[in-house]
Amino acid sequence: MTAEPVLDIRDFSVVYRTPGSDVRAVHEVNLALHAGEIVGLVGESGSGKSTLAYGACRLLRAPAVITSGSVTYRGRRAASPTDILRMRPDDLRRLRWREIAIVFQSAMNALNPVLNVRDQILDAIDAHLRMPRQQALDKVSSLLELVGIPAARLRSYPHELSGGMRQRVMIAMALAADPEVVIMDEPTTALDVVVQRDILAQIVELKERLGFSILFITHDLSLLLELADRIAVMYAGQLMEVGAAGQIQHAPAHPYTRGLLHSFPSLHGRRRDLAGIPGTPPDLRRALAGCPFLPRCGYGTQACTGVDMKLGPVITSADPWHATACPFVQPETDDLVPRAPAGAEERQEVTGA
Amino acid sequence: MSELSVASVAAGRGSLAMQADSLCKDYRLGHGQVLHAVRDVSFSLYRGAVVALVGESGSGKSTVAKLLAGQEHPTSGTICLDGEPVDLRSRRSFRRYKSEVQMVFQDPFASLNPVHTVRHHLDRPVRLHQHARSRADVTAEVSDLLERVHLMPAEQYLGKYPHELSGGQRQRVSFARALAARPTVLLADEPVSMLDVSIRLEMLALLDELRRDFRLALLYITHDIASARYFADEVLVMYAGEIVERGPAEELTQQPAHPYTQLLVASAPDPDNLGSTLRAGAKHNVRPGAGAAAHGCPFSPRCPFADDRCRAEDPELQRVSDTRAAACWHLDAAAASRSGVATAGRESEV
Repeated sequence: MTAEPVLDIRDFSVVYRTPGSDVRAVHEVNLALHAGEIVGLVGESGSGKSTLAYGACRLLRAPAVITSGSVTYRGRRAASPTDILRMRPDDLRRLRWREIAIVFQSAMNALNPVLNVRDQILDAIDAHLRMPRQQALDKVSSLLELVGIPAARLRSYPHELSGGMRQRVMIAMALAADPEVVIMDEPTTALDVVVQRDILAQIVELKERLGFSILFITHDLSLLLELADRIAVMYAGQLMEVGAAGQIQHAPAHPYTRGLLHSFPSLHGRRRDLAGIPGTPPDLRRALAGCPFLPRCGYGTQACTGVDMKLGPVITSADPWHATACPFVQPETDDLVPRAPAGAEERQEVTGA
Repeated sequence: MSELSVASVAAGRGSLAMQADSLCKDYRLGHGQVLHAVRDVSFSLYRGAVVALVGESGSGKSTVAKLLAGQEHPTSGTICLDGEPVDLRSRRSFRRYKSEVQMVFQDPFASLNPVHTVRHHLDRPVRLHQHARSRADVTAEVSDLLERVHLMPAEQYLGKYPHELSGGQRQRVSFARALAARPTVLLADEPVSMLDVSIRLEMLALLDELRRDFRLALLYITHDIASARYFADEVLVMYAGEIVERGPAEELTQQPAHPYTQLLVASAPDPDNLGSTLRAGAKHNVRPGAGAAAHGCPFSPRCPFADDRCRAEDPELQRVSDTRAAACWHLDAAAASRSGVATAGRESEV
């Protein structure tokens, strides 16, 4: 963690312009990805995790507008640190795929159904790397071999492959140009657990072998606790807590993180009391004063409406980089069991309508 | 298989509501090929008890639900409701069956009609199944249903359209719609898997409350064996259309007997489990592209214990204990490896 991060996102904000009001999808987020690291970004749907990752690569279209921040990329092949948000279009084209690659969610839809696997990867290679035909063909074979797809399946069309195989093809394509950073957006969500585990193990193995860094986006915190080195917890467009996976699991500071940890039933170990989190996420069309988690939080006080959501260090943590947005609750507060908010008995889900 | 002397733990909760006996469902694929979606599946549902049907996509678990719901007709086998064999050929008996057996679907965004209000979704089943006469009776019943699923105050939700509700609220409306018929059996096909992690538990707790209040016989279909551990009384594990293991939820998940259940349990992401095997890049046996075997045990192509007998003969459920059974020729070897895996897992933890 002493070296400078490969990807450094600072004060990054994105809004979706709608008639009437802006939706604050991502608000002043700071996140760093170091070489060889797996950073997990976890949040519920609508928390802004995908917007953050795509925004950092400038892959968003109107009505999304990046309103502040910088995204500094420091690759081994890059001469000097560059801000992706201020790059010229042709530089950006060279950066994508070669330096930063993305594995999109639902491989079923991301592959072109009328092209076979080989031609599809060839297309990507042609577009981003200049190499002779034979060399490109060899590259395709070696890439597919890398992710465990037999050479016999080279000419298969996407519908002839299982979901797991299609996701492997997507990973192979992402790795075609030997990128430094791979962003994976829910790469295994649609797959069965057994296949999911195989693919995750393969991703880790490839990462070790090829030395790239991973920003792994998912809604499944239990998966990240096993997979990631560091975890960033996102809620309503803001980071709630960042820390080493072990710290997040055993000494979570933020009430939302605690709630998430008690939201999934565990298969191993003793049966825990499960609480879930009452209520629903806030409507981001409205301006939020203070902490967005307040209506669902069991520790909330009057002071929370005025709290500054900047991440502050968790002083007692074993991880010096462990940081939380909640200035009131620390890991030693209570015994880590989430509290239900007052009046949870007659709770209601308040809608935007 | 029906003479297998294994009792269901769910029987302790209440009286027998529904019985599936040797259900089979084949689909013709053309070119003389047949897909055996459900093969010789037998189980019982009891009032006030939850039976979980666990399996991966394509294992046939949703087909079982469709058979029980009367949406598909079994190729062979019988379904009994309250001890009577079900015959759905006449319209009247189908209607009567539907008021006893209701279903909740996975996707609350697709299962509600976008052009109708919440009131419309609940009015119709109340009128159809309960023969409520007056408008006032119907309104009172609909309001009561909404309160049962914690959509309160009810008046606030009656006039709303599905797009005005969150995913959790929509799923509550579909619970209420299923209950409007006052069923004895509720078939819940992945009722929470489309919802956000933080509200899944709340929805399962609600389903549990409804089970208690209405003494529902609940079939909970899921791919998430961890939620079955917490929510169900009995767990049935399906693979390639067959039940490969059944038993009390806690026992089955903690000491899985069948090699497939063992694989399923080992694969579920769980921080309490390891943290180590993933980072070490350890891999399971490679999944064959073809999937299930056409002959013998369907799991044999992926099974570490498979031998010639497994590839030739499909094992029936074998008794493991009074309440447990598993379909495997090598239960002893599998049990031995389970304890081996457990120790290895502990040692590799740092």
